[in-house]
Amino acid sequence: MAKLSRDGLKKLREELKKKEEKAKQDGKTIRILVGMGTCGIAAGAEEAMKSFKEHIEKMGLENIVLESTGCMGACSVEPTVEVQVPGMPAILYSKVNPDTARKILEKHVAQKILLNETIQDKPAIDIIKEGV
Amino acid sequence: MPYKRYVLICSCEGCKAKGCNEVYESINKELIAQGLKEEVQVVRSNCFGFCSEGPVIKILPDETFYVRVNPEKAKDIVKSHLSEGKILSKYVYDNSSSKKNIKLKEYDHYQKQFRIVLRNCGVINPEDINEYIARDGYSALEKALFELKPEEIIEELKISGLRGRGGAGYPTWKKWQLTKDVNSDIKYVVCNADEGDPGAYMDRSTIEGDPHSIIEAMAICGYTVGASYGYIYIRAEYPLAIKRLEIAIKQARELGLLGKNILGSGFDFNIEIRLGAGAYVCGEETALIASIEGNRGMPKPRPPFPSTKGLWGKPTVINNVETWANVPVILTRGGKWFASIGMDTSRGTKVFALTGKVNNSGLVEVPMGTTLREIVFDIGGGIKGGKRFKAIQSGGPSGGVIPEEYLDTPIGYENLQKLGAIMGSGGLIVMDEDDCMVDISKFYLQFAVDESCGKCSPCRIGGKQLLDMLDRISKGTGKIEEMESIKRICFAMQKASLCGLGQNTPNPVLSTLKYFEEEYIEHIKDKKCKAGKCRELVTFTIDPAKCIGCGLCAIKCPVNCISGEKQKPYTIDQSKCIKCGTCYEVCKFGAVIRK
Repeated sequence: MAKLSRDGLKKLREELKKKEEKAKQDGKTIRILVGMGTCGIAAGAEEAMKSFKEHIEKMGLENIVLESTGCMGACSVEPTVEVQVPGMPAILYSKVNPDTARKILEKHVAQKILLNETIQDKPAIDIIKEGV
Repeated sequence: MPYKRYVLICSCEGCKAKGCNEVYESINKELIAQGLKEEVQVVRSNCFGFCSEGPVIKILPDETFYVRVNPEKAKDIVKSHLSEGKILSKYVYDNSSSKKNIKLKEYDHYQKQFRIVLRNCGVINPEDINEYIARDGYSALEKALFELKPEEIIEELKISGLRGRGGAGYPTWKKWQLTKDVNSDIKYVVCNADEGDPGAYMDRSTIEGDPHSIIEAMAICGYTVGASYGYIYIRAEYPLAIKRLEIAIKQARELGLLGKNILGSGFDFNIEIRLGAGAYVCGEETALIASIEGNRGMPKPRPPFPSTKGLWGKPTVINNVETWANVPVILTRGGKWFASIGMDTSRGTKVFALTGKVNNSGLVEVPMGTTLREIVFDIGGGIKGGKRFKAIQSGGPSGGVIPEEYLDTPIGYENLQKLGAIMGSGGLIVMDEDDCMVDISKFYLQFAVDESCGKCSPCRIGGKQLLDMLDRISKGTGKIEEMESIKRICFAMQKASLCGLGQNTPNPVLSTLKYFEEEYIEHIKDKKCKAGKCRELVTFTIDPAKCIGCGLCAIKCPVNCISGEKQKPYTIDQSKCIKCGTCYEVCKFGAVIRK
């Protein structure tokens, strides 16, 4: 990658934001974020990640961005996974084992129905997104 | 078609006891009556934390938070909110009683947490610099390099009121100013990521979730004070944090955000990672510097302070991970914005690792001025198993315990210090009625004794003597006269120890003595440990009136000291009993008595 100038950085940020906005607008891209801090991994986040990968392929689901992220802070209910489906509020799932991962894809992603007994309240608002 | 709205109903044990099942049914019934079954999904969810306000429900996507809901209120909510879209503000949680002082426009939210340090944790992929940049990452560095003079950056920090988050709470701007003012060809910037308090993991999580925020902040500091080299001192026990830092540094270098002539500004800055072997004392800044230099990690007397004479004798700014993570936000949003959060001498937020006997353990970031009660009960969801709160330990081996009567204290540096605890790096351990204060203070003292570097005698000898005395008390062989000796040694250590480790080692002892002296006396005079933690002082017996003779305790006893006939009361042979407490835990009839 080339070294950025000041304008280069600005341009890159704008492009990235535009891309994100576009993905939101087209209403197709689904994001699944798996909390993979040390604590999440110790609680089984890697197995959940594997299950997501396997079942996305098996079910032939498209337009899904599956990513790892840092700790979301809910240590007592790790592993945690955030699911962002266009047209639905972002939902944080807790204690996601391989089986729950499959159910998230079958119900939440495919049928737009939330899962019972496993949703965790998001801990705080996003100061960057909300501009607070 | 997705639903239009979602109702999340907290279904934790606390809310169940308060009738959330009835609320759940009432909502469903009313939804059918109103013909909204296809538009609204009702979901049972995990604990929201607000158990004292239960049952609680949250409506998505508008995030309305209703508390103390009953079946009648639930019906109203369906009719008004879900059917007509009108929020019933009289049932909505009122956050105005909270003592924290957030005066940000549009910020009126039920949540007690406010995330500045953890703004990107759990939101971005920490191994992709683009995601950081897309969320305004490196815009603070850009602003610093092209729009601000070093003095203006320091002024912004001064306005923000940011103080060190690693323990002592020294104003960050002063540290930077001191280093900036020294004339020197070489200066250094250091990140202290040697997090070592038992139960603390804020810094690890911050680095694992958002490594670029640290790199950006260090580069800003380098520009401000005139340093072109930085070190991140991190313990080798944090392999994932190290890996993510390495990736982040590499990506930043590739994009020219580290290295020579950053963004074409002419400013050079580089960062190197140094691994620590995990000695607790290396979190002390002079010991940390010695360790980076390749020497044995031992503290040096201050002054000179590292700000003027630090790494390799050069002026050095050392800040803790959490302090660094605040810096970019302060520059992008302004010091005034930051100062509007928090209270008097403590501004911004603090991240705590909330652990111990609390229902929702986890990483929490709250505005300064939030009360301990809000953290334990509103965020933490109260004490596990419905037990009684006894105390909360803040600040690890350098901190102290805070009993129930001070739970409403707004969190701030001075407030906690007045109570005999410290803010420290942010470990909060919740204790219930089953925790013995002598045992707790012994635990922290043992830790401090193990970690003492041995350089100065007050810490090396004093710690050991204190520990011996506490050990005797916990075994029932302590003498009442020794209470005075304990206090004397504590004060001597506080006064005469070389570094923070030794000076603060007595804190757990002194604070438990301050609030729970009667427990010490009980151990010495009555030879009793009410909490049942000090083994030597506990006896287990079986109450014949309650024992039904199931024999479970006898099966589980590891030394086979319980005997009896089925369906008749069993007995414990005291001469063989090792007081492990297994019988007490397994008995379903409360027949085992612990005294």
